[in-house]
Amino acid sequence: MTTRVGVVTFPGSLDDQDAGRAVKLAGGEPVALWHGDKDLHQVDAVILPGGFSYGDYLRCGAIARFSPVMETIIAGAREGLPVLGICNGFQVLCESHLLPGALTRNDHLHFVCRDQRLRVENAATAWTGDFASGAEITVPLKNGEGGYVADESTLDALEAEGRVVFRYLDVNPNGSRRDIAGITNAAGNVVGLMPHPEHAVEALTGPTTDGLPFFTSVLKKLVA
Amino acid sequence: MSAQSKPVLDTVKHATDTPEAAQPWAELGLKEDEYLRIREILGRRPTGAELAMYSVMWSEHCSYKSSKVHLRQFGEKAPASDALLVGIGENAGVVDVGQGYAVTFKVESHNHPSYVEPYQGAATGVGGIVRDILAMGARPIGVMDPLRFGAADHPDTRRVLPGVVAGIGGYGNCLGLPNIGGEVVFDPCYQGNPLVNALCVGVMRHEDIHLAKAAGAGNKVILYGARTGGDGIGGVSVLASETFDSTGPAKRPAVQVGDPFQEKLLIECTLEIFAERLVAGIQDLGGAGLSCATSELASAGSGGMRVELDTVPLRDSSLSPEEILMSESQERMCAVVEPEKVDRFLEICAKWDVIATVIGEVTEGDRLEIYWHGEQVVDVPPRTVAHEGPVYERPYARPDWQDALQTDDPARLPRPVDGAELREQVLRLVGSPNQADVSWVTDQYDRYVLGNTVLSQPEDSGMLRIDEETNLGVALATDGNGRYAKLDPYAGAQLALVEAYRNVAAGGSRPLAVTDCLNFGSPEDPGVMWQFAEATRGLADACLELGLPVTGGNVSLYNQTGETAIHPTPVVGVLGVIDDVTRRTPMAFRTEGQLLYLLGETADEFGGSAWTDVVHGHLGGLPPRVDLERERLLAEILISASRDGMIDAAHDLSDGGLIQAVVESCLRGGHGARLVVPEGLTPFTFLLSESTARAVVALPRGEEVRFTDMCAARGLPAARIGVVDGSDIEVQGQFTLSLGELREAHERPLRALFG
Repeated sequence: MTTRVGVVTFPGSLDDQDAGRAVKLAGGEPVALWHGDKDLHQVDAVILPGGFSYGDYLRCGAIARFSPVMETIIAGAREGLPVLGICNGFQVLCESHLLPGALTRNDHLHFVCRDQRLRVENAATAWTGDFASGAEITVPLKNGEGGYVADESTLDALEAEGRVVFRYLDVNPNGSRRDIAGITNAAGNVVGLMPHPEHAVEALTGPTTDGLPFFTSVLKKLVA
Repeated sequence: MSAQSKPVLDTVKHATDTPEAAQPWAELGLKEDEYLRIREILGRRPTGAELAMYSVMWSEHCSYKSSKVHLRQFGEKAPASDALLVGIGENAGVVDVGQGYAVTFKVESHNHPSYVEPYQGAATGVGGIVRDILAMGARPIGVMDPLRFGAADHPDTRRVLPGVVAGIGGYGNCLGLPNIGGEVVFDPCYQGNPLVNALCVGVMRHEDIHLAKAAGAGNKVILYGARTGGDGIGGVSVLASETFDSTGPAKRPAVQVGDPFQEKLLIECTLEIFAERLVAGIQDLGGAGLSCATSELASAGSGGMRVELDTVPLRDSSLSPEEILMSESQERMCAVVEPEKVDRFLEICAKWDVIATVIGEVTEGDRLEIYWHGEQVVDVPPRTVAHEGPVYERPYARPDWQDALQTDDPARLPRPVDGAELREQVLRLVGSPNQADVSWVTDQYDRYVLGNTVLSQPEDSGMLRIDEETNLGVALATDGNGRYAKLDPYAGAQLALVEAYRNVAAGGSRPLAVTDCLNFGSPEDPGVMWQFAEATRGLADACLELGLPVTGGNVSLYNQTGETAIHPTPVVGVLGVIDDVTRRTPMAFRTEGQLLYLLGETADEFGGSAWTDVVHGHLGGLPPRVDLERERLLAEILISASRDGMIDAAHDLSDGGLIQAVVESCLRGGHGARLVVPEGLTPFTFLLSESTARAVVALPRGEEVRFTDMCAARGLPAARIGVVDGSDIEVQGQFTLSLGELREAHERPLRALFG
């Protein structure tokens, strides 16, 4: 039996097909989840994809957080359901208080799309087990509001508990505090990051295939 | 025109009863003879609503009244092509790319709105072309933006460019469409008239092609998408069809405001509706809004149409019937649906939170009738609005300055006297705004979304995979060179075509079809009209010879400030197909030791070149010679070499000549090159001439014999000019430039100006 990974489509989600393709290439079965449907259809893990849910109106992720499907996902995440939030999905996770902090407008005020180098700081989460700790990877980054912020004590706690999962290398592309590109919750099942691993799963279309281990990690974790 | 100032509803009956009432036809952009013709068609004066419809539909932008007589050539000279499924006249042309797939693509201008309000003007330009593609039944899969601005260092360029780029990114990124290429060009001639052209490409199965027509009496007319507001009223007639006059009133209200989130919902909702085969005809609402959609749908169908205008959902309840008909509010579509399918149609719209309203139906008759709270305000033959507008044979004449311009031969300009001076000029060239790296612009666009982007800016063409199983793909390139076209508009249009053609072939794709955006000054100037006539003739002739049908496009006139027109700027987009995208050829020199070959012949051709512009501020002489037969041969060689895996990199040679291409390929791949000047050429001509039908390729040593044998057998000159090597570009006996120095020169200018 293949592992079922749900990919949520909110109105305005854009990278949902891409996340599904990545799951498939990693050997899993992508399952489309609809924002208005509370039922998770027996999936084993969930991806909140990139995009502009609800047009990013009000605040990025602020409206998506209240959609029916999120109610079930939030409850599931607290019980250990692996959840990956990519870009807009990361914003939704922060708005849902599954992850601390917030994403703000890039410090240079422009949308930026670039191939971004990252260091994997924590290879023990549900979504990073197939990386070596300290591995350096390159995946696309594309956002207008990707500046990670939190108060100093939260940042200190994240660092102390090893919950900073990815850090920007070479260039901090959006003014994120302490070069933070992605974080996890204390249990390690919920991970959010601004860069897009689902765009780095094929040599033909991505800068690298460094994104693939995100998806193989969770599949391995679930069959283990 | 507001409801307040017109307390009496101007019904058809009222118009018949008050034949002498004064009407604001001149303010709406109509000429007196056009107004009189409307009266003649109707046998009475038009109502206010009818006048509104005719004024927008008979505008230059919608009716092509000045350009039509010239555009006919694209049909008359069309090459026999099996690939063309839908030709000019629909929302966009459709081309067969094999395996049951059809591709639709089109380029359009949003020049005038983008000058008035750069962000919204550019954003809604993207939105409009995407809806055109959607209306054909296709899923939009990519966009490109050829852009032209005034001088890079002019203060107003700092207002216009960042706004335009943010608008394109803000809208396109939010739709989830990869932006895969385009152009960024600076020239003082565009100072008051920036050119913001937008191209969209979409894909569908053959059986999914939809057309804009309202057939079948009793079928319902459904307006869906955004509510109608007061934005963009008269955009096409006022903004796009007259020159800017600095003393006139502010034109800001004529620019529409976009909502990309609404458009994303509209795309997904429409594709779901298509998948269930729920529409008989469909049309997007763009320029001229409901006036255009209702009259075009009715005109293309077999019957008439009756519309209850007061059922249109409004953002502003005070809008008058005239304003509703003229509004260019964005993100709206109009569909014709059989009565039994209406419920399902509305259900899908509700799923996507898209407002949908039955506003009328197709009738037995042959009239377009529009009612406002039960009273008839429009009763017209729809063809007279949509398809039988005025046609002008504008006078045209070769400008009297043309001869002097062409005889001002760049041969008189001083050339570099030694390697040191040549080095200095090369460095200046690759760091000049037109030759510099444009990633400050393109980094603001999402090129990855949808996961099918195989090649994107700065590659010669943008390439998209359309089938993940078979690896079938399409490629697109857009090009234009206003300097060449100013020197010779006939050749200039052909040069735009062959550059895009060559760019598509350089990546390994076979060119299939053409779209064009013809940007010119005022058609009321005989000199401009001559440029237009020459450019269209040149483009049609070359398309015929290369076997490429023109599938559609757009004409933008009145791009001038006062008496000064822009350079004639035909922008040409070429679509190509590639059977296996994994065989594509990128531009980067990636492997040390590979051999560099220059394909084609280099002559001493500098008219309109980047060198004359950057080093001497000169524009004169004749542009490079066009050789269509040679272009075709070069393309065949590039495609064969790509398919058979003989070459690892290819880059088209265009403005800036060989050295520009080599610098770009070296910087992209992170490797240097050693170049040797071939016998018979001066270093200056070798490096900087802009002769056409040329490309530079990198090949593994093991492929040299096979490749050169192929070129020799088919008669394409191929000269070994060097090798990929080290971290410098060395031109033997002339100069050396380090990649670091070149990168700094090439990548800094746009960031310094706009960052």
